[in-house]
Amino acid sequence: MDFTMINIVIPTVKILIVFAVILLSVLVMTYAERKVIAFMQVRLGPMRVGPWGLLQPIADALKLFSKEDIIPTMADKLVYFLAPTLAIVPAFLTFLVVPFGDQTTFFGLLKHPTSMAISDFNIGLLYILAISSVGIYGILLGGWSSNSKYPLLGALRSAAQIVSYEVPLTLALVGPILLANTLSMKGIVEAQAKGMWFIVPQFFGFLVYLACAVAETNRAPYDLPEAEQELVAGFHTEYSGMKFAFFYLAEYANMIVVSAIATVVFLGGWLPVPGLAFLHIPAIIWFALKVGFFLFIFLWLRATYPRYRYDQLMQIGWKFFIPVALINIFVTALLVL
Amino acid sequence: MFKSEIIELNMGPQHPSTHGVLRLKLKLDGETIVDLDPEIGYLHRGVEKLAENFTYLQALNLTDRLDYVAAVSNNLGYIETLEKLGGVEVPRKAKYFRTLMTELGRLSSHLLWLATHALDIGAMTVFLYAFREREFILDMFEMVTGGRLLTTTFRYGGLKEDIPEGFERLVRDFIKIFPDRMADYEALLTKNRIWMKRTKQVGVISAEDAISLGLSGPVVRGSGVRFDVRKAEPYEAYGELDWDMAVQDGCDTYARYLVRLEEMRQSLRIVEQALDGMPEGEFRAKVPKVLKLPKGEVYHTIEAPKGELGYYLISDGKGTGPYRLKVRGPSFVNLQGLKPMVKGHMVADVVAVIGTLDVVLGEVDR
Repeated sequence: MDFTMINIVIPTVKILIVFAVILLSVLVMTYAERKVIAFMQVRLGPMRVGPWGLLQPIADALKLFSKEDIIPTMADKLVYFLAPTLAIVPAFLTFLVVPFGDQTTFFGLLKHPTSMAISDFNIGLLYILAISSVGIYGILLGGWSSNSKYPLLGALRSAAQIVSYEVPLTLALVGPILLANTLSMKGIVEAQAKGMWFIVPQFFGFLVYLACAVAETNRAPYDLPEAEQELVAGFHTEYSGMKFAFFYLAEYANMIVVSAIATVVFLGGWLPVPGLAFLHIPAIIWFALKVGFFLFIFLWLRATYPRYRYDQLMQIGWKFFIPVALINIFVTALLVL
Repeated sequence: MFKSEIIELNMGPQHPSTHGVLRLKLKLDGETIVDLDPEIGYLHRGVEKLAENFTYLQALNLTDRLDYVAAVSNNLGYIETLEKLGGVEVPRKAKYFRTLMTELGRLSSHLLWLATHALDIGAMTVFLYAFREREFILDMFEMVTGGRLLTTTFRYGGLKEDIPEGFERLVRDFIKIFPDRMADYEALLTKNRIWMKRTKQVGVISAEDAISLGLSGPVVRGSGVRFDVRKAEPYEAYGELDWDMAVQDGCDTYARYLVRLEEMRQSLRIVEQALDGMPEGEFRAKVPKVLKLPKGEVYHTIEAPKGELGYYLISDGKGTGPYRLKVRGPSFVNLQGLKPMVKGHMVADVVAVIGTLDVVLGEVDR
């Protein structure tokens, strides 16, 4: 095997692994969501398919595969078809730069260890923010092309929401970037290895990021675009079968993305919890645990809070989160200087 | 610069949060409601006309199906109307037991209101918590009447049967656990910032407007009107028991939420007192097997969980059933408040206001 072959094979293998892992995590996540929320609500959750309902996600997937694919007669067919793809592709693309660990030799298969991110270019964080903004087009076009009133209202809400919350989300990430002095995901983790986790000096930035991340992914209490009690199912009301499943998949993949960013930027990525390094837990397990922690917060919020109203959501976004994030940047910049 | 258009949106009759088959024609400017037109009648069964062909006892079945989440109150109102016309003296034991059952019915109705109201605003957990407690009450109803939702309980002159064995223990268990469960709901909602933002200053109606629209029950008491039929014209054992009327001055959805929560606490007090003071003796007065009422007209109201429930009964003195039965359903009247309450608000507020009015379509359409 010559040098160029290795250069092609290794990234391909990495891409396949990451793809499989994300799909699996989404399956696990749908199951976890049902079970965790069920336990918080004194229910049992799925119990019928397999032991403790463990096979429920597979049953769901099979059901969605076998559903009829309905396209409304009045829909704009091309855009209607494109929208789910536009939602899901950016969600998966963002995983390109997520570093799941430091370096790996694939259990000794390789002579030289390779990075555990598919690629690590020096503007990783910027890349994620840019790509994830594209995902909104899927929702917007999906709602608009259905040519129906409820999806239209849902799409409008989500466009306004995501555009407003993108701003404080990005601003909240500026603080850690200033501290790490790099945009590379790997570089940010390495900067935390030298000092402390950025959650300590950037606590307010962390809180703003967390709140905005929930809004970005359209999850409760900011799940206005799909507010069942008001807009039936929001932007995906008219979608069925696999197209619907794509929106669903994109939502969960986005949750994992924002959790992964939070882990990398604020919680030290794959680094062990300070003081627990002697346990020799593999880096990737630490990473998974931290991401899992954030995903749990998502579920916890959903089981606890009512939903905001559209105008109130805009209000706290512009009048509270953006000023707080700006002050945070200002203070951080002063300290760095 | 831009051309804007008013969207006409049909909310219902099949919609997750119109609580049945209510259809709302909304005119929207963006998400702001310019105009709204409730359309009712999808659940019309002709209850009042049906009653004319039934005997007095058979017509009791129909009252269950008015406000089907508080069937006991409907039964009580109807039976009391018959007794008022027939002039029969009900034994004290029956009075106490009826009070107890009606208050349990109020608790179950308010729990269902809390559950659906919270779910409409997005607090999903409260929904399941409240249903868990409602189950206890439905079990009690099942023990006494055999039915869980449609109770068809109470009879002319008292009760159908004596209080079943083991009922008291069931109620005592419930009284023991319920205050803690109430604390759970309150912890999730009362001081929750999002809940307060969604309910305060939403669906505001002044006391004068509420009265002139004929609204009743917790809806007017949330606007600071001190009126409760149980206090104004005490029936059954309400006059002998110690309890307070729940009133709030907020005039908004949050105030009505507080009123209903307080009513749940007071209902529990009434249940406990009625159980402690349950007299011994007959459970039914001496009444003929086939009921015939003298010629006359009578109107009687009680305080149902949704508001003032009235029955207007005409008897021609010949038949064994009502000549005419008119029902004044509180949900029907309270629904009038929807338009003034939501005009100018947003789509999300419509569901909050429908929730706070606590309408049951079985009673609106009859």
